[in-house]
Amino acid sequence: MTVESAIEPIVDTRGQTDSIVKRVLTRPGALIPLVVLIVILLSGIFAGVLSPFDPNKTDLLNFLAGPSGDHWLGTNSSGQDVLSRLLFGARNTLTAAGLAVVISMALGVVSGLVAGYFGGWFDAVSNWVISLIMSMPGIMVLLAASAVLGKSVYMAMAVFGVLMAPGFHRLVAGMVREVRDELYVDAARVTGLSDTRIIGRHILSVVRAPIVIQSGIVFSIAVKIQAGLEIIGLGDLNTPTWGGSLRDGFQKLFTQPLLVLWPSLILAATTLSLTLFANAIRDEFERSGPRVGRKDRKRPPEANAPIPEADPVHHPQAETDLPALLEVDGLTIGYPDGYGRYALVVRDVSLTVHRGQILGLIGESGSGKTQTAFGVMGLLPSTGRVVAGSVTFDGEPLVVNGDDLGNQSKVLGTRIGYIPQEPMSNLDPAFTVGQQLVEPMTVVLGINKGEARKRALDLLERVEIPDPVRTFNSYPHQLSGGMAQRVLIAGALSCGADLIIADEPTTALDVTVEAEVLDLLRELQQETNVGLLLVTHNFGVVADLCDQVAVMQYGMIIESGPVRSIFHEAEHPYTQSLLDAILDGSEGRGAYRAPVLEVTR
Amino acid sequence: MLSYIVKRVGAGVLLIFGVTTVAYILLIAGSGDIARKQLGTNATAAQVEALTEQLGLNRPVMEQYISWLGNAIRGDFGKSWFGPQTVAEALTSRLSLTLTLVLGAVFIAVLFAMVLGVFGAVRGGGVDKTVQMIGLTGFAIPGFLVAFVLITVFSVRLGWFSAGGFVRFSESWTGWLKSITLPILALAVSALAAATLQVRGRVRDALENDYVRTLRARGVPAHRVLYRHVLRNSAGPALQVIGVQFIGMLGAAIIIEQLFVLPGLGDVAVNSTNEGDIPLVMGLVVVMAVLVVIVNLAIDLITAWLNPKVRLS
Repeated sequence: MTVESAIEPIVDTRGQTDSIVKRVLTRPGALIPLVVLIVILLSGIFAGVLSPFDPNKTDLLNFLAGPSGDHWLGTNSSGQDVLSRLLFGARNTLTAAGLAVVISMALGVVSGLVAGYFGGWFDAVSNWVISLIMSMPGIMVLLAASAVLGKSVYMAMAVFGVLMAPGFHRLVAGMVREVRDELYVDAARVTGLSDTRIIGRHILSVVRAPIVIQSGIVFSIAVKIQAGLEIIGLGDLNTPTWGGSLRDGFQKLFTQPLLVLWPSLILAATTLSLTLFANAIRDEFERSGPRVGRKDRKRPPEANAPIPEADPVHHPQAETDLPALLEVDGLTIGYPDGYGRYALVVRDVSLTVHRGQILGLIGESGSGKTQTAFGVMGLLPSTGRVVAGSVTFDGEPLVVNGDDLGNQSKVLGTRIGYIPQEPMSNLDPAFTVGQQLVEPMTVVLGINKGEARKRALDLLERVEIPDPVRTFNSYPHQLSGGMAQRVLIAGALSCGADLIIADEPTTALDVTVEAEVLDLLRELQQETNVGLLLVTHNFGVVADLCDQVAVMQYGMIIESGPVRSIFHEAEHPYTQSLLDAILDGSEGRGAYRAPVLEVTR
Repeated sequence: MLSYIVKRVGAGVLLIFGVTTVAYILLIAGSGDIARKQLGTNATAAQVEALTEQLGLNRPVMEQYISWLGNAIRGDFGKSWFGPQTVAEALTSRLSLTLTLVLGAVFIAVLFAMVLGVFGAVRGGGVDKTVQMIGLTGFAIPGFLVAFVLITVFSVRLGWFSAGGFVRFSESWTGWLKSITLPILALAVSALAAATLQVRGRVRDALENDYVRTLRARGVPAHRVLYRHVLRNSAGPALQVIGVQFIGMLGAAIIIEQLFVLPGLGDVAVNSTNEGDIPLVMGLVVVMAVLVVIVNLAIDLITAWLNPKVRLS
């Protein structure tokens, strides 16, 4: 890899920031708060021109007046013009809050950069200081500070800036720690750039956006805290601020309720706009995947992107008198593509699992085999949907012509068992192995806990776990991957299933453990005579275990039949390449483009 | 587990020590000629000197601090410089009200955050958008504005609650309930909003976990998976937010108590800092630091109880 290409991500980030500005401006959720903020800001800047009166000019003959032609928003208890005080209040309030933002940002960003980039004692010390600062309520600190420093909005906000610095520090230190070890930063270091150059050019550009978001939030909190302090009397009466107006209004709540309304409205508008705007920017940054502009949205891409059409090959089945357990007919599964259509990940898949037989469903990652398994069980991720086809289990229809009847719950756990792919993530880390084995049995079989415990221990023994009691009482993080997979197999068998759906049950395991688990599966299958749908990407596993095999590519079954005939007479080139892959590495595949289906519903 | 608790307690004690040290030195060193301030410009130099001597302010700052610390460890926080009470008396009589308000607000925040957050996360779509909007709005609107609205609507217009003042539980429990309901609500809003956003986010993440699907595949009904497994795994981060919000509420209570004319710690905080009553301010700092340490410890312990990885390592 050349140094130039290693540095590239920076260019990407900058491009992203530019396009985000555009996207934010086209989003009403961000644009409206931004416009409100700009209007409030301008009214503060031009307070001198806009204000009809001197904000501090008192008129003792005309106090607490309601709105009139002269005083649009009335006058306060000293006869001062409310509108003028709010306009100058915007200037003072926002400037003081801005001071807090600038101080907290300067302190937090610099210390965060140093702590994150260099670590060491500075990091340790700054963490200790932060925990000190964060253990005191900000208002208490500001009150104590006012005892020492006097009543001044600007002084209070300067202190508050120090109190808010930890937020910036943590944010920046955290991101810098992540970025520090990235390849392109290493590459920059190798080319001889100094640390300050690296921080300045490479790292600051990454943390820029989160800093903007954090600034908006700190600004909003500073406005709130400042007003809060003034309400309890820590303000300077000669400096018109929103907090001062609120205090004045609250004291006259019974005689002139409108007086508290105006500053409340403008304050709420400000803090709400800041929060919503910061949130909208965050949303834009978090949104990943292809960016679709508003204009493009009206014109979706070509409805049927060209995909390699498969020509399914069916090898003749040997006549079997084994009863069909699972029959899948024309199953088609799609996910919304954002244009009111469904991107199909499984197309027209038909397969049959007989009792006592093992069907291998093989294909590369993304070929739709796992989705097929989830579709059969009715456990697709929330946006996924079966759009066509039927699933019948032991004569009972689960899906009929694309209509998911939702009665899988009757057979799941009782008659269909499921063995997942990744053992660790499929056990709840908060419960012991025993609790997780017992719970489904008490729910599904209606047996009591003692009985379920006995059964669970038997099962653990049966899946050849050396010390069942100890494993029963263990938490998932205390088990090895192979152990955890045995536990999950025990779970799949726990309620005496007729059909086991195993989704790449050995992919996440070491080669030696894989062999053991496969042996175990074979033994258990022969012992209990269940049907087994084995999802895998490994033809070696198929050869080892399966009776029948179905090969999937691009969401379709391209070749199916008895294992023996496929091994000897594979016709589809993809099947042949999979077979070749048993011996040597295969070529990488191109990106999969999901075909789409118009669904009007 | 025991060593974990000991470690957390030790860190807490160290934190209290650090906060009080910094606070004491800044207060004493920053306050200038304290005796002169107290006696006013008309006092003679001799009077000022006598008071300085009496308060022990002529000693070096570190010496003053060490003697304060020595007394504080024995539970003696000294006497208020201006009032007749000792610091301990002045604070204990008011602590229970502030704690009632804050704990009441925490309770409401947790309860509603769980309901709203889970509802949004599970339903998704428009419901989720609404929950997020409620959360962001509640987070943005300051508690004192909520207090204004509550007072205007429920006290001034409808007359259901008194606009301020405190009724002791021993005098009348209905009166007590009426006097604390609105302040608790005003305090709860921002914590509720922050916790709702957190619960919603965490539950959404937890629902994506593989074990959720596996449990469903074993026949455990969706609602049971949600309540037993998803909620438990989302609780840790949500509790951390409650911890941060608790500290915020201790501060916000100072403002809210002033608006509702309640005799809690807020009153002492405003007056003692106004007057520069350093023993009382230090007493407040200790009380708040201890409360924060206790709450953080409680949250750490609950998190450890929920999460075996923390508990067992």
